[in-house]
Amino acid sequence: MNKHEFLAQLRNGLSGLPRKDIEDRLTFYSEMIDDRMEEGYSEEESVEAVGTVDEIVEQIIAETPFTRIAKERIKPKRELEKWEIALIVISFPIWFSLAIVAVAVVLSIYVLLLATFLLLWIVFATLVALSVASVVTGSVVLFSEPLTGVAVYGIALASAGLSIFMFFGCKVATKCILKLSKDLAVWIKNLFIKKEVA
Amino acid sequence: MDVQLKRGLLDVCVLAAIKNEDSYGYKIIKDLKPYVELSESTLYTILKRLETSNMLTVRTVEHDGRLRKYYHITDEGLARIEEFKMEWDGIMSIYRFIARGDEQ
Repeated sequence: MNKHEFLAQLRNGLSGLPRKDIEDRLTFYSEMIDDRMEEGYSEEESVEAVGTVDEIVEQIIAETPFTRIAKERIKPKRELEKWEIALIVISFPIWFSLAIVAVAVVLSIYVLLLATFLLLWIVFATLVALSVASVVTGSVVLFSEPLTGVAVYGIALASAGLSIFMFFGCKVATKCILKLSKDLAVWIKNLFIKKEVA
Repeated sequence: MDVQLKRGLLDVCVLAAIKNEDSYGYKIIKDLKPYVELSESTLYTILKRLETSNMLTVRTVEHDGRLRKYYHITDEGLARIEEFKMEWDGIMSIYRFIARGDEQ
């Protein structure tokens, strides 16, 4: 890919961002490519060294605050006609409720996932508490009722073992939920970015 | 490495790269390369952050028929480097304490 193609693709990928942000980025990457070429690298190599367009776009979108993207998206590209404004106002009850529903659906899915994740940790904590309590109870009744005491020790061992498994499960779940939160943020931002066909 | 810690470290690294003379994007990346691998996108974000917090100023210079941005450290930027060195003294003494625990 040559520099011109690279910058054009990058501009297209960033088209939802404020104009000044786009120009700043393009100037920056253009300078980087020029400086590499000046040092003797070929145009192709210089473009490659900067990274792929997709990677760069994803990182930029992840770093740009949502409000900045939404503001740019909502800003009309031209003055609205009077009848368009009237239409928007009249249809307000419809599109507004639809928007609320969409937001609610995404939010509730996310809350559900969070709840599942919390539940896992709670089960883990319960298992730990159970094994500690069983050890204490077992020790108390061991002499008066040896059989019960041994049985309670068994429970302690079993729940301690389970809790170790749970711990690793919870760790994985925590990692997943963090990654998911990030992906969700990028996805929502992407909804607001108009992608033109390259 | 902890994200917050790394971010703070990289900010100071970039400040240190322009401490003695004004520098430009590609040169900063090259100068830091032996110590820390910095991608273009990361550098851009750091430079913006440092500019917003008045640690550096930017000026555009014509070079070879094109434009190049030079970054100049401000007094606040210099102060940040000094502050970092002081903080690091504290961290190093904690490190020595931890490492001593290893030997025993």
